[in-house]
Amino acid sequence: MSGGEPVRPDPGPVTAPDAPVLDVAGLSVAFRDGRGWREVVHGLDLSVAAGTCVAVVGESGSGKSVTARAVLGLAGAGARVRADRLDVAGADLRRADERDWRRMRGARAGLVLQDALVSLDPLRTIGREIGDPLRLHLRMPPAAARSRALELLELVGMPHPALTVDRRSGELSGGMRQRALIAAALALDPPLLIADEPTTALDVGVQARVLGLLEAARDRGTAVLLISHDLAVVSRMADRVVVLHDGRVVEQGPTAELLGDPRHPITRALIAAVPTEVPRGAPLSLAPHGADAATADRPPGPAPAATSAPGLPSSGPPGAPVTATRPPILEGLGLTKSFGSGPTRVLAVQDASFRIEPGRTLGLVGESGSGKSTLARLVLGLTAPDAGEVRLDGGPWTTLPERGRRPLRRRLGAVYQDAFGSFDPRWSVRRILRDALAAAGAETSDAAVAVLLDQVRLAPGVSAQHPLALSGGQRQRVAIARALAGSPDVLVCDEPVSALDATVQARVLDLLDEIQRERGLAMLFISHDLGVIRHMSDTIAVMRSGRIIEQGDAERVFTAPEHEATAALIRDSPRLVIRGPGSNR
Amino acid sequence: MPRSRVLRRVALRLAGAAFVLWAVATLTFFAIHLVPGDPAQAILGGPGSQASQEALDEVRADYGLDQPLVVQYGAMLGRLVTGDLGDSYALKTPVAELIGGQILGTLALAALALVVAWVLAVGLALWSTSAGRIGRAIAGGLELTAAALPHFWLATVLIAVFSTSLGWLPPVSNDAASGLVLPVITLAVPLAGFLAQLMRERMLEALEQPFAVSAAARGETAAGLRLRHALRHAALPAINLSGWAVGYLISGAVVVETIFARPGLGRTLLRATELRDVPVVVGVVLVVALVYVLMTLATDVVSRFADPRIAREEAPA
Repeated sequence: MSGGEPVRPDPGPVTAPDAPVLDVAGLSVAFRDGRGWREVVHGLDLSVAAGTCVAVVGESGSGKSVTARAVLGLAGAGARVRADRLDVAGADLRRADERDWRRMRGARAGLVLQDALVSLDPLRTIGREIGDPLRLHLRMPPAAARSRALELLELVGMPHPALTVDRRSGELSGGMRQRALIAAALALDPPLLIADEPTTALDVGVQARVLGLLEAARDRGTAVLLISHDLAVVSRMADRVVVLHDGRVVEQGPTAELLGDPRHPITRALIAAVPTEVPRGAPLSLAPHGADAATADRPPGPAPAATSAPGLPSSGPPGAPVTATRPPILEGLGLTKSFGSGPTRVLAVQDASFRIEPGRTLGLVGESGSGKSTLARLVLGLTAPDAGEVRLDGGPWTTLPERGRRPLRRRLGAVYQDAFGSFDPRWSVRRILRDALAAAGAETSDAAVAVLLDQVRLAPGVSAQHPLALSGGQRQRVAIARALAGSPDVLVCDEPVSALDATVQARVLDLLDEIQRERGLAMLFISHDLGVIRHMSDTIAVMRSGRIIEQGDAERVFTAPEHEATAALIRDSPRLVIRGPGSNR
Repeated sequence: MPRSRVLRRVALRLAGAAFVLWAVATLTFFAIHLVPGDPAQAILGGPGSQASQEALDEVRADYGLDQPLVVQYGAMLGRLVTGDLGDSYALKTPVAELIGGQILGTLALAALALVVAWVLAVGLALWSTSAGRIGRAIAGGLELTAAALPHFWLATVLIAVFSTSLGWLPPVSNDAASGLVLPVITLAVPLAGFLAQLMRERMLEALEQPFAVSAAARGETAAGLRLRHALRHAALPAINLSGWAVGYLISGAVVVETIFARPGLGRTLLRATELRDVPVVVGVVLVVALVYVLMTLATDVVSRFADPRIAREEAPA
């Protein structure tokens, strides 16, 4: 720590040097379900030694987060936690009461949750949030806690700690919030750090820096328990990996061995779902044997129209044949858009030009705030450009008055990240899709709704459901169906899979691929995830501060980036690195 | 925020307030003319005065009551715009003076009731969120019952218990502080039930949020979680509601002041309505509306302090 001696208020029982910091055996967690109990974690064993990182991976619902919280006694008031052994830093917590737990939380174990926007109290300054453990465990007076918070912010590389210490989470970027959260977890330099999806929803550059912080803590001797669904993140920093499925450990071992030679189908499905190294057009989702993951996302119904053999490029060439002479369906010419005026004026998009041919995908990548979403809004005609224009199928589009645009609107479909936020939760899927069909001037019969659902491989029965009752993957399929209602020529996808689990993400990406092939759709695909972009795109445009700094064939951009920022983006992007056994770390 | 933006916001708020006051005056004016009765009778001393037809006609001509309603309305608006609330028909004194003499008692009553309601609501919400399932059910029942209690019934029961049976407190309001206790409780209890319910729900919601888990993971106590985190989140909607609550309390004051024979705007309004004393009714309602508008502005300012996010949202992106 930069602040001299590490502060440890209660060292607790002295542990043998090689004893694991976290030692759990036979952990089971159950929640009250009506009159009985529903067990979600069954007899789990887990141990993390000082200075090492153990990753628990699995899909959502596999019991990862519940396990992490149970270790802190935070599984919830209605939870029943049992264990044969539950030691944290040498303290047996099996019979801990609320007081014991409180003494241990923050002092012996720190927690970093995902999505720091909601994991920090929006009404309190981060200085006070970071000062909490100091106040609670050391009775440190406010002024001292504040100066220690400044040191901690320095430690986690927060820009301008003196300014940011008095800010609230809403005034900070995602990466800054995550740093504040890590600073709060590290405040007392606890021997155990639990990080639950610490990099989800962060830009790659920020992701790399946050992982660097966790690695630094590990190298200082902290035991790190990393909970993640992202194997790329895991492969970078974990020494061991534990794969959870339905609350049971299905496979575990040293990272390199486990990723290099996965035995269990669940592990294989998780690895295959990482899009980075999978060629364009090849499916990402495996169909695992037995209780397969695909059914979790897809209600029983007609078999999907296209199921390809795992690992093989599916029938037909990826995308349409590349011909430079084909006229573009969508073309951006010198697009510029600014917001605000005077000194606060921000150039969101600056002189951006691009073209997309039918059946092809332009991947748009860049950090948040680089102007990707503004560009999408310009393309969709939701915001008027200050200069430049978007041309649709060789004709004018953004230069037309709204009345002239309306009949053309159905030719552009849009899919957003937050499918739930873009639905009225009171509407049934049928009503959502009918509404979209009506807006496109199409027939709104039940049959038409069923056809749309079938296109996204959902059973007709889904039409009676409400968005709340659907899984994340199903919701995103409904969002895609809605975008397809007008039989568009161009699909604009703005972070369409960023909120989804790796395996669900894989199936949605496969679906988009299939639909593109079937209909010869042109796609503008926006993502901060380079793996996803590389897998989905024929051509790639890299945005930075509103400008397209590099543009070209997807493989070329990845293998021989011309711009330094592109190279940095690719370098920072976590990749699933599978090394030979024994070469770990 | 640039200065022009602030000015525009202020101008919008003032225009909105002016609109509310105009609408209130208009509605009150026409509503009171729907009530059967004759203002001329009120001017000549009420229905019991047996005024002659000539006297009535004369008064009607004097006060312009023989004019069409719309003309009377226009005359009233003209007067109000200049800030003149007119004279009372029955008491022949300026309405402004009349209100000035009564308003402090009512405002004190409403303000005290608001404070007591907040204290009760915060206490109940803090207790019920820490209590188990049974405690929550009890709190929920208490809140619902309290919120549903009519003022007149509560006042009657309180008088029966604390004045008539126990003799602790006076049944009729007097100048002593003890005279305020029962009226304040009568007004505060239903509001407290309402506020407590809102705050309890918001607190439970906040305690479910990831930031509460984060705070607990730092070793925060259960009480600390509620006091330092959840309570602030719960207070925000309650602050916003307090503007409305003042309107509710003043309308409740009509009943409470009457039952406890307490001088105040409520009683004045009730008597003026019975007598069809149009200038007094319009004047009192306008003043209440003005208090309501000011209170809403005040809650805006307070919630800006309590929630730094509001000011930020209004800043340019």
